[in-house]
Amino acid sequence: MSVITYRDAVSSVLREALDEDERVFLMGEDIGPYGGAFAVTKGFYEQYGKKRIKDSPLAESVIVGAGVGAAMVGLRPVVELMTINFSLLAMDQIVNHAAKIRYMSGGQFSIPLIIRTVTGAGASVGATHSQSFEGWYASVPGLTVVTPSTPRDVIGLFRSCRELNDPVMFVEHILLYGTRGEAPDSGDFRIPIGQADLRRTGKDITLCGYSRMALVAEQAADILAREGIEADVIDLRCLRPLDSETIVNSVKKTHRALMVEETTRLGGFAGELVSQIQEDAFDYLDAPVGRVAGAEVPIPYSFPLEQLAIPSAESVAASARKLLNRS
Amino acid sequence: MLKAADVPELTKTDLLGFYRQMKLIREFERESERQYTRGNIKGFLHVYNGEEAIAVGAINTLREDDYVVTHYRDHGQALARGIGSKEVMAELMGKATGCSNGKGGSMHLFSSELNFMGGYAIVGGQLCIAAGIGLAVQYRGNDQVVLCFFGDGAVNEGEFHEAMNLAAIWNLPVIFFCEHNLYGMGASSKETLVMWDSLHEMAAAYGMDRYEVDGNDVLEVRDLMQKINIDVRAGKGPAFVVARTYRLRGHSVADPADYRPDDEVSYWAGQDPIPRFRDWLTQEGIATVEDFDEIDANVDEEVVAAAEFGELSPWPEPDDLYHGVYTDRPAEGIPTSGSS
Repeated sequence: MSVITYRDAVSSVLREALDEDERVFLMGEDIGPYGGAFAVTKGFYEQYGKKRIKDSPLAESVIVGAGVGAAMVGLRPVVELMTINFSLLAMDQIVNHAAKIRYMSGGQFSIPLIIRTVTGAGASVGATHSQSFEGWYASVPGLTVVTPSTPRDVIGLFRSCRELNDPVMFVEHILLYGTRGEAPDSGDFRIPIGQADLRRTGKDITLCGYSRMALVAEQAADILAREGIEADVIDLRCLRPLDSETIVNSVKKTHRALMVEETTRLGGFAGELVSQIQEDAFDYLDAPVGRVAGAEVPIPYSFPLEQLAIPSAESVAASARKLLNRS
Repeated sequence: MLKAADVPELTKTDLLGFYRQMKLIREFERESERQYTRGNIKGFLHVYNGEEAIAVGAINTLREDDYVVTHYRDHGQALARGIGSKEVMAELMGKATGCSNGKGGSMHLFSSELNFMGGYAIVGGQLCIAAGIGLAVQYRGNDQVVLCFFGDGAVNEGEFHEAMNLAAIWNLPVIFFCEHNLYGMGASSKETLVMWDSLHEMAAAYGMDRYEVDGNDVLEVRDLMQKINIDVRAGKGPAFVVARTYRLRGHSVADPADYRPDDEVSYWAGQDPIPRFRDWLTQEGIATVEDFDEIDANVDEEVVAAAEFGELSPWPEPDDLYHGVYTDRPAEGIPTSGSS
């Protein structure tokens, strides 16, 4: 096993896709000579050329729409929306077209399209660049929504996404590109789509999150462990399909659960998790299922205010103690 | 207007074939309105009456391996491309035998076999998809063309600009074909589209070849498309066509279209493409009343058979509800047996 960054992991699976499959091309804003807004495609343009590394205009709708069209006739585009905030400008193509063409055509056309994008707050880039819309996309039948939190998961999940024939939102996190982790050695390594990761086991409480919040939950578990509280930590890894079984099984064991997410509580994805837990594990619960979510505000620019708007290991640990009546 | 001598390559059979297709579309739409009134077709129904010369004139110039992408007023293009009237009618009725298995409906007709890439009902979205199909053609080094239909209403969408610019800057083999019928739903384009009277000139901003044509003259549409296809196949990049035409009916069957001035309506009634072509065929000595009568009777029979096929066809099975969301896995939330 070698240790690599999250950024390197994304770059490596993209190179792998380009090397292995002539039908794959990349398309997006500044992915060419500039090397990508997050330097993921640095050197790609020089290596693979203009035909396969398509630097597109600032035109999100046609970036996704052209990906849909090319996928309909058998290519396997990987398009990049610089951040998930800009995906709002492509929502017609993602929601109305990519997600529905297969069903509406009676199964005649599949759309093997991967839409890579970047979510998350905490980078001091202000309200319009710090949002987390992946939960919205998870509400759309026809889409697959994947949210890797580690280099290993980037590699294993991206390889599995390439083997799908339907549109995927592959959602990376803005604060994770520089994080490091072990990379699998085998080219055959895959993580099945729709399988959550039980990252840590404990008997007292279930902490559940995805993307960076899974890591925050894990840090919270470290804090709690020093106080003698043992937590199960679950990284969802995919929002659609959703592995509710892993969550429910954990809750049946721990009898307490706390959902952690970066976006707002009202209408957030954690509400769905709470709902599934109460449907399938109501009799096992010793306390109401808790939620730690982002503040109900546009993300502020000022650093200390922004930190207050996002869950932290400390705020998660505090909520967990409360659930366990140990505050 | 062209003379018969201008189109020596077209035989009587070809010409009467165009007449028959236009007539089929018109009668099919009349029947679909009847079926709507009877409650056999639900939801939206946007008929193509008055615009038949465009679908027939343009689509007949394509090769089998070319692509057609269109808008929600798509019955005419689907029939002109060769989807069976039975399969289209069954789709309008939501039946399992429909060309989209009843899942798409009137606005979402598809045929992978005929490279009929779909009717799209969010105005303007299909231009981006057409650009992508063109991109795939170019990527593979092929010489197919992508014919993308939309209305004048779509020109006001941002996706029009995004797709036109991308196709032009990347030299994609896409023919952007605007059916300029003067209305975006109920709003006059004179009130909503600054370039309404010289719409084709908008493509000057993209450095694109651009054309205006009488959309109610099937031979003019065909003639122009033949020339454009040659250029686009040769790699000269995208083209923009504006065909002036008019809806003889409202936006949808729910629309009495009383916002349109009487003199405008009566002017365009006089431009109906079907009588115009019939008169032309007569004046040029190509066809007789007997020829038309025979075709008309044959079309009537086909339309009656299509309606009967639709009515007698089965509904999709309840299990079909969850079928086809994903290629590789079942949809979420399929009820397990015994659950409430």
